[in-house]
Amino acid sequence: MFKKDLTPGAKSKVKSSVQRAIRTKVVETYPKLAPYIDEIIPKKSQLDLVKLPDRVSLYIHDSTPLFWQHMDDPLIPHLKLVHAFPQAFPRLRIDRGAIRFVLSGATLMAPGLTSKGGRLPDKEDECKEGDVVAIEAEGKEEICMVGQLKMGTEQMKGKGKGVVMDGGHYLGDGLWKMNFD
Amino acid sequence: MSGETATDNVPGVSSESQARNVIYCGVCTLPPEYCEFGGTVKKCEEWLEKYHPDMHEKLYSDDALNANLSALSVDAQKRAQKDAAKKEAKAALNEQRESERKAAAKVLIKRVERNKRKYVTVVSGLEEHGLDLKKIAKELGKKFATGSSVTKTASGGEEITVQGDVSDDVYDWLTERYEDIPEDNIDCIEDKKKKGAG
Repeated sequence: MFKKDLTPGAKSKVKSSVQRAIRTKVVETYPKLAPYIDEIIPKKSQLDLVKLPDRVSLYIHDSTPLFWQHMDDPLIPHLKLVHAFPQAFPRLRIDRGAIRFVLSGATLMAPGLTSKGGRLPDKEDECKEGDVVAIEAEGKEEICMVGQLKMGTEQMKGKGKGVVMDGGHYLGDGLWKMNFD
Repeated sequence: MSGETATDNVPGVSSESQARNVIYCGVCTLPPEYCEFGGTVKKCEEWLEKYHPDMHEKLYSDDALNANLSALSVDAQKRAQKDAAKKEAKAALNEQRESERKAAAKVLIKRVERNKRKYVTVVSGLEEHGLDLKKIAKELGKKFATGSSVTKTASGGEEITVQGDVSDDVYDWLTERYEDIPEDNIDCIEDKKKKGAG
């Protein structure tokens, strides 16, 4: 989604009622973030909204990007936020061979996850289609990509091929390189 | 270097309520462990060695490098290597082109007659030097106490328009403040043509 470098649009302040709505939405979508929500979006703070191309809006607090949203899709955390709270998001792992493709913006395909270096969650905490997950990489500590799944994890295990995620936010893409000062 | 490192470290570091503070590479902005995919590996390594020697040791030790390699089949390794080399060359080329472009990019300061004795000063070409037009326009306005704005040109670009004839002052201000713009690249032009019917 952010393969090209972005030019940010107008920056505007978020209404406090909307900000409250965002807070509840975040807690709802990412229950594990709830303990940290005051740290991410302090109650009395002022969020900013930056419009990006392709109807993406990005929420910023104090020049740290927090979440981005494409139209009315779920809020997706910026990678800097994921790096700060990696345990708050469901994680899948890709094998080493897939990293370089992911970092150059390819769509994520199932074999990268089902192979030996990859890892999918067990059946009890499977992720469904449309869930927002963080992608970590074999042999690395940090997350390299976030986005919405196109295929449930159980289905991946069964099928073993096809598109898993496209239009995600990955390390080194336009959104990552953006400067908000 | 298969499963353990990634799964063990991540929850361990971050179980407190505080956010983790992740180090990012000063060269390619990625977390240092991903530098190898960025195309500027050598520079990244030097940077890391200088600013975070402990991390450098961990990431660039022989063990770590070997572990990285053994995870892939020989064939895939070769392909990855080729890819990396290509990327590196591309990054280097880009950088070179960038600096060349910067050296060649001219800043034009134009005095445009608006209405017999009234002038506006148009500054164009600043964006080529990586400056934020909006901020500069604001500063110019403050400095000369006149209106100053970013206007779109017919050809699709943007330029700064300052009210009043301040071309010489702008020239001095630019050369003094932004020393990385070569002085030869700043040109003053007087435009005699009338703009519209005043």
